[in-house]
Amino acid sequence: MSGNVWVFAEQWRGRISEITYEALALGKELAGALQVPLEAILLGHNVLPLAGTLGKADTVLAGEHPALAELVPGLYAEALAALVEERAPCAVLIPLTNISLGMGTLLAARLHLPSVNFCQDVRAAAAGIEARCVLYGGKIESRVTAAGTPAIFGIWSGARSPEAGRSDRAPSVEEVRVTVPDDTRVRLKRYIEPEAGDVDITRQEVLVAVGRGIQSPENLALAEDLARSLGGAVCASRPVIDQGWLPLSRQVGKSGLTVKPKLYVALGISGAPEHVEGMRDSSLIVAVNSDPRAPIFGVAHYGIVGDVLEVLPALTAAIEARKEAHSHA
Amino acid sequence: MNILVLLRMVPDVVEELEIAPGGKALDADLLRMMLSESDGHALEEALLLKERYGGVVTVLALDAPEVDDALFTALAKGADRAVKISDAGENPTTLEAAYTFAGWIAGQPDLAYADVILTGVQAIDDLDGLLAPLVAHQMRLPYLGIVTRLAVDVPGRVATAIKEYPGGVRGEFDVDLPAVFGIQAAEKPPRYVPVAKVRAAMKSRQIESVPAPTLAEAGPSLVNVVAMEKPQPAEWAAMLEGSPEQVSGKVCEILAGTGLL
Ligand SMILES: Cc1cc2nc3c(=O)[nH]c(=O)nc-3n(C[C@H](O)[C@H](O)[C@H](O)COP(=O)(O)OP(=O)(O)OC[C@H]3O[C@@H](n4cnc5c(N)ncnc54)[C@H](O)[C@@H]3O)c2cc1C
Ligand SMILES: Nc1ncnc2c1ncn2[C@@H]1O[C@H](COP(=O)(O)O)[C@@H](O)[C@H]1O
Repeated sequence: MSGNVWVFAEQWRGRISEITYEALALGKELAGALQVPLEAILLGHNVLPLAGTLGKADTVLAGEHPALAELVPGLYAEALAALVEERAPCAVLIPLTNISLGMGTLLAARLHLPSVNFCQDVRAAAAGIEARCVLYGGKIESRVTAAGTPAIFGIWSGARSPEAGRSDRAPSVEEVRVTVPDDTRVRLKRYIEPEAGDVDITRQEVLVAVGRGIQSPENLALAEDLARSLGGAVCASRPVIDQGWLPLSRQVGKSGLTVKPKLYVALGISGAPEHVEGMRDSSLIVAVNSDPRAPIFGVAHYGIVGDVLEVLPALTAAIEARKEAHSHA
Repeated sequence: MNILVLLRMVPDVVEELEIAPGGKALDADLLRMMLSESDGHALEEALLLKERYGGVVTVLALDAPEVDDALFTALAKGADRAVKISDAGENPTTLEAAYTFAGWIAGQPDLAYADVILTGVQAIDDLDGLLAPLVAHQMRLPYLGIVTRLAVDVPGRVATAIKEYPGGVRGEFDVDLPAVFGIQAAEKPPRYVPVAKVRAAMKSRQIESVPAPTLAEAGPSLVNVVAMEKPQPAEWAAMLEGSPEQVSGKVCEILAGTGLL
């Protein structure tokens, strides 16, 4: 197979996103297997200083352009398409984040290239490059091959550890000329910072997380009781926040916060990849779900198949009883 | 304002998913299909736009099991027109769905001038790309995804859209219309409509069934499924069994063992 392996080095507000390092780790393995160089593609405005953090790549191709100051997927896809046509990589790995979502799809559509979404793994196989994709909210994995190169792979968080994609080595940096269409139909006006919540869930040692399985806002009190017993706070998956049952400051996951408490109790949460990326690194994860095949059990250390509305009060009672017994001991 | 909503049916993953013999697709006989969740939010956002600015909401779907239910529900909720594209293939890929939608829209003189085209940000089976950017590309329109709120300057033909970033940060964009938006969540949770109203819509309203447009030769798929599997995580949780009281006791022991109690 000819052509280098590319990783799109996603940067936002002056920082390389963590998942870029995961993609670099994955890209390094793929490039090694194919015996081709790994290149990181860094686009933006005033981004050259960031190139030094991409030492896992053999070379950083850095393209500066004032029109790329903010990541508008359509503009970035056009700039990338011109580079792909010029340099013909064999694979382009693109982190799937809220920042650039849609860009990979546009790039592939523009050049009539295969586009593979939701990849947890990408490796060299007899039939070309094979990806392992997480579909149906984490319930099914598909192994797929892309017909033709370059193929565009959207990489899920969790594919590799970001640590494996960092390096102290200084990469060689090549400045490339980028062409950006004169298209201002999509314009970022401003960022809106999140409002500080009443509690900062990123600082809690214990989090009691509720998902759609909690069923109604009245049942939140059961989770509050457990959180109080454990000395922690309640957080939630997206549907609970979208219903307005808890504020956005309590959302864990891709669009919400990333948390690493000592204990994460996941109640009625299915374990969709967008939720898991925000809580996977918790020290101890206990999950309660009525579905024995819920993907959350693939992430949790301990699992209980049951109804949260039955387990919650029992668990709070058991903890209170234990605390009571110890205070008398 | 002319508002178009693209709807897709996806398997309900609360049900057990089984893989068909051959190992490359889900067993369709055992699937329960439902409207893709974020498409439901796209419909809600469309209805809110109509209430605020006036206009016509057209919902468009590819034929699929249970799709009539979804379309009648959309009509009962306030959509003006429901169109079902028949014979668009058994299990169209997202790319095929996008070409079919865009191809059909292009053949409609009234709809080709839609002001906003809304669909869900992402579907759980979007293996080969996302629908909103594919439709935008096909129609040469601008695209913005992960949108949670839209306001429209109708005479100025500009939408103000809120897009989600990580960490609770949001971005405010101006987007020239017409444009395609991938809706993550509507401003309000999708409205509830009683079954009786859906039944009434089934009696009094029509779904327009139209043939799929003739497309340029699609060629072989660029993404080929080798095998579909139920994931076997390296480390599945240790399962605690018993009554709620028994499992609670076990959890207490574990927490005590790790110093958390
Ligand atoms: C761009 C993007 C960003 C996103 N960002 C986020 C994010 O930041 N955070 C986030 O969480 N999601 C996010 N999502 C959404 C994500 O894909 C999932 O839809 C969401 O995480 C599902 O939440 P859930 O697990 O609560 O609900 P569901 O997936 O509906 O799961 C509910 C679970 O509860 C179980 N259950 C039901 N009743 C009971 C009961 N009585 N007892 C026990 N269990 C029960 C069911 O078996 C099921 O497993 C994002 C999606 C996209 C596309
Ligand atoms: N996979 C496909 N399925 C159907 N039509 C396609 C496909 N690929 C390309 N086309 C057609 O090719 C035309 C040109 O595509 P594009 O260059 O992306 O604008 C489109 O209008 C499509 O009708």
